Amino acid sequence: MSHLQITKLSKQFSGNVVLREFDLTIEEGEFVSILGPSGTGKSTIFHLIGGILAPDNGSIQLMGKEINGKRGFISYMPQTPSLLPWKNILQNVLLGQELHGKKDPERAMDMLKKAGLEAYEKAFPNELSGGMKQRAAFIRALLSPQSMICLDEPFSALDELTRLEMQKWLLSIWEEYRRTVLFITHNIEEALFLSDRIIVLSEKPAKVKAEFNVPYLRPRNESLLLTDDFLKWKRKIHYALTGGPNE
Amino acid sequence: MGIKLLKGWRPFAVLLLLFIVWEISVKTAGVPEWLLPAPIHIGSEAYAGWAGFSPHLVSTVKLAMLGFFIGSSIGLLTAIVLHLLPTIREAIYPLLILSQNIPIIVLAPLLVIWFGFGLLPKLIVITLVCFFPITVAALDGFKQTAPELKHYMIMAGATRGQLFWKLELPYSLPSVFSGLKISATYSVMGAVISEWLGAKEGIGVYMTLASSSFRTDRVFVAIFAIMLLSLLFFAVIMLAERRLVRWTNERSEKQ
Repeated sequence: MSHLQITKLSKQFSGNVVLREFDLTIEEGEFVSILGPSGTGKSTIFHLIGGILAPDNGSIQLMGKEINGKRGFISYMPQTPSLLPWKNILQNVLLGQELHGKKDPERAMDMLKKAGLEAYEKAFPNELSGGMKQRAAFIRALLSPQSMICLDEPFSALDELTRLEMQKWLLSIWEEYRRTVLFITHNIEEALFLSDRIIVLSEKPAKVKAEFNVPYLRPRNESLLLTDDFLKWKRKIHYALTGGPNE
Repeated sequence: MGIKLLKGWRPFAVLLLLFIVWEISVKTAGVPEWLLPAPIHIGSEAYAGWAGFSPHLVSTVKLAMLGFFIGSSIGLLTAIVLHLLPTIREAIYPLLILSQNIPIIVLAPLLVIWFGFGLLPKLIVITLVCFFPITVAALDGFKQTAPELKHYMIMAGATRGQLFWKLELPYSLPSVFSGLKISATYSVMGAVISEWLGAKEGIGVYMTLASSSFRTDRVFVAIFAIMLLSLLFFAVIMLAERRLVRWTNERSEKQ
């Protein structure tokens, strides 16, 4: 059974069609990126999966169970870290668990240690740098009890160097825990470097324009980013995205 | 702290200057004491009459504190109910504003007619002046909750209750405290007004007695006592805020 199966999902806002017959299947433990120019329905897809919006048509199934318009089935990491300013880092990363039952501070401490945040467990979010806040936000998503994690352009607000650091870190943590991840981004390199599969979206109404299986084995490391093959893939996806010359 | 003390001297200097001007002009113009007493005279009366004044002071402090506690609890509760039930908010909010337009001076004697001279009408007066700033401040605080935090909580599957208790309420604390600060100073005024209605003791009683017997110096003692009390209440709330809300700085600079 697929972990997430979206079939013929459509959504429009007062006549403005954002999503038309969108299909997506994600297997258990897969890392899938959705790539598309900003202003396409990327975030809408997340809002539909997260249950904030109800689709006009189609179905969203998680482990074979329909979750149309139901909240609380996914773990989420937004664009901004969105840590609660009055909670310390340990309390913050436990928030996802707190919302759905019991907390596991030991495991949280363990993960904070792996993220290099063990000295900051008692610190408040405003004492942390942007990258550290995002790491805490990702740990919060990992610790949440839901089996699927949705990441909504989590690194878009970071500077180039921090972003690369964060991508490497995310990759290492993910390769260890292998949770199912749906990742939204507008950065081709990021999608290629991180994911198993890339879905390229078209302009409004968003439809799957192309789909790529990323051939790189894991664990991946930074040197991959500068290989000719990687650049070739980047070009290919870029053309798929912009509708440039075909190969 | 050192810097704060240094900055703090300015209002004191202005106040001192004011007193000096007051003292000199009263003395040189020869204004009679029952018309306008000089500050030194007021000070010595406060010192000499302390034994007679202090029971009134204690009584007012107690009344103001009790009234403030009840008023702010009702204020916060009203805000929570109105926030969680938007239809009720639309119906009630205008009435709340109207409640602030009733002149307390007119209402107070009516309350005595309805409820007698006991504690109840006094508490009603203080509650009436106290609850409104807190309700308004808390409602604004709930509404201003950072949208990105709210979005995260909703996406993460927080229920309406969780959203309120874990996000909106703690987020509104700085606003609630600005309401509390205003109400704390109002509560002293409310207590004094309610004592005018008829009470055995209290600064309000002391004040009426003093002014009807042309003891202007005592009226001024009462006025300064009210001012100091308000300041003290304000300071207590500010200290409590500093202990409870450690994250206001971050809010202003935004995430």
